[in-house]
Amino acid sequence: MKKARKSLANIPAHLFLAVAAALLAFPVYMAFIGSTHDAATIGRGRMPLTPGAYLGQNYVQAWAYGTGERVSGTPVRVMMVNSLTMALAIALGKIFMSVLAAYAVVFFRFPLRNFFFWLIFITLMLPLEVRIIPSYKVASDLKLVNTFLGLTLPMMVSATGTLLFRQVFLSMPKELLEAAKIDGAGPLRCLWSIVLPLSRPSLAALFVVMFVYGWNQYLWPLLITTTRQMDTVAIGLVRMLGTSESLMDWNLVMAATIMTMAVPVSVVILLQRWLVKGLVEIGK
Amino acid sequence: MAVIRREAVFSNKLLPYLLVAPQLVLTGVFFLWPAVQALQQSVMKSDPFGIRTRFVGWENFKALFADPLYLGSIRLSFVFAGAVAFLAMSLALFLAVQANRQLRGSQIYKTLLIWPYALAPAVSAVLWVFLFQPSIGVVSLALQGLGIPWDYHLHGGQALLLVILASVARQISYNFIFFLAGLQAVPKTLIEAAMIDGASSRRVFWSVVFPLLTPTTFFLIVMNTVYAFFDTFGVIDALTKGGPGKATETLCYKVYLDGFRSFRINSSAAQSVVLMAVVILLTAFQFKFLQRRVHYEGGG
Repeated sequence: MKKARKSLANIPAHLFLAVAAALLAFPVYMAFIGSTHDAATIGRGRMPLTPGAYLGQNYVQAWAYGTGERVSGTPVRVMMVNSLTMALAIALGKIFMSVLAAYAVVFFRFPLRNFFFWLIFITLMLPLEVRIIPSYKVASDLKLVNTFLGLTLPMMVSATGTLLFRQVFLSMPKELLEAAKIDGAGPLRCLWSIVLPLSRPSLAALFVVMFVYGWNQYLWPLLITTTRQMDTVAIGLVRMLGTSESLMDWNLVMAATIMTMAVPVSVVILLQRWLVKGLVEIGK
Repeated sequence: MAVIRREAVFSNKLLPYLLVAPQLVLTGVFFLWPAVQALQQSVMKSDPFGIRTRFVGWENFKALFADPLYLGSIRLSFVFAGAVAFLAMSLALFLAVQANRQLRGSQIYKTLLIWPYALAPAVSAVLWVFLFQPSIGVVSLALQGLGIPWDYHLHGGQALLLVILASVARQISYNFIFFLAGLQAVPKTLIEAAMIDGASSRRVFWSVVFPLLTPTTFFLIVMNTVYAFFDTFGVIDALTKGGPGKATETLCYKVYLDGFRSFRINSSAAQSVVLMAVVILLTAFQFKFLQRRVHYEGGG
């Protein structure tokens, strides 16, 4: 009886959540529908709300060529490899650099320690947009335009990562390291065999957050890459979209969108627990 | 809670410098040096060919704040950021409260509300173009069927609305994650006590739960403002390119246009410096407040 009343009281909550979930999913559903019709059907403005017969053809074409009659894009396979390389390099690079810096700041005492920590901290206040032209100039002077190094290296600085690992390391019992030291382990050995294994949850969480962050970069890739071979997913899709005229190969654009979305969306869904942990920990 | 001053574990002289070196070198080359350059360019003026440069002091800033287009862009950015932050936060809070109940399948709802976080703002905008393109989008056709003359390529107000909605849709997920984490940290006993005292559930929310979420709310205000100012670049670039006219040309998009499309280097640098001031204020606000939260945790 009590249980029945309780589940009755929950009906509005179910309703609100279901409607919100449906609204958020609707654009993806329509994109999927668009990716299963031919360009002419969509261009006439009479696209049905159910799948059509061109799924296989559209996906193969978008994957292998990315170019149709009224769209000239980059093949999805190229964009995916570029974005994957970029996201992995940024995520691993950020973790590598911030672990080393945090380790130095927490377990060593050396002149200028606080000064260095503040220099890294200041980068929080310098997003790309406030140093846009000079950053581009530095990268082009270093011959980094249209290279993966140029695409990823400037993104590897991470004040948030350094702050996060600093917190994690500070909470570790110092006695563990002291004991290892007595047993003859050096600082790098301690980092590798004690500190890193103990930080595994934070490492995983930060990796998921930074992978999504890296995959979703837009402004820097827009500036630093100029050839199609270097197109990342976000850049390539917006390029395909062009001025978004009604008569173009929307079917290919949507097939490319669905395929490329699949990567970060799967990461977020499958590793949701780590993503949430990472975001909340960074927010602390 | 006493602050324990940690002693160094290791006493190597050179190693710590080697450990911080990679990050410091990148910080210097790609952050500090360019930022100093931006500051420098903002007080200089070059001729169109970049051959001669001279010091002009505040002139670029004076010109900027006398320019009605720039003032318009400031106003637009604040309206935009305010709308995005308010909508994305209030919707997320409402949904988080619903999802925090003991519901059957609440894990599925959470996943269905969190996945949009995976979308790059630009990619999310591509999806929205397909719905709202004036002559083929299903939503715009439906709107036109209702007699609403929908064409965001022509109407500035519609363009702004579309950019706001596309930016909000993705940000709801981010806010939802934080509000849900905040709600889960509220002690159940506190709510039960208020219920026993006869408070209605609405009353319990506004006088017990919401005040406990204040740290989360403040944090999200900062993060949403930063998001609206900077991360929505991709949404605007994919949807409207700042148009029609200047209807969606936010401060951040204008820095890009003036710097990389019109090559007005010094004006763009001055705009960068203004944005720098905005970020510094927001960060200072956040950390002042964060310290307070640490204090609360230590005291509790």
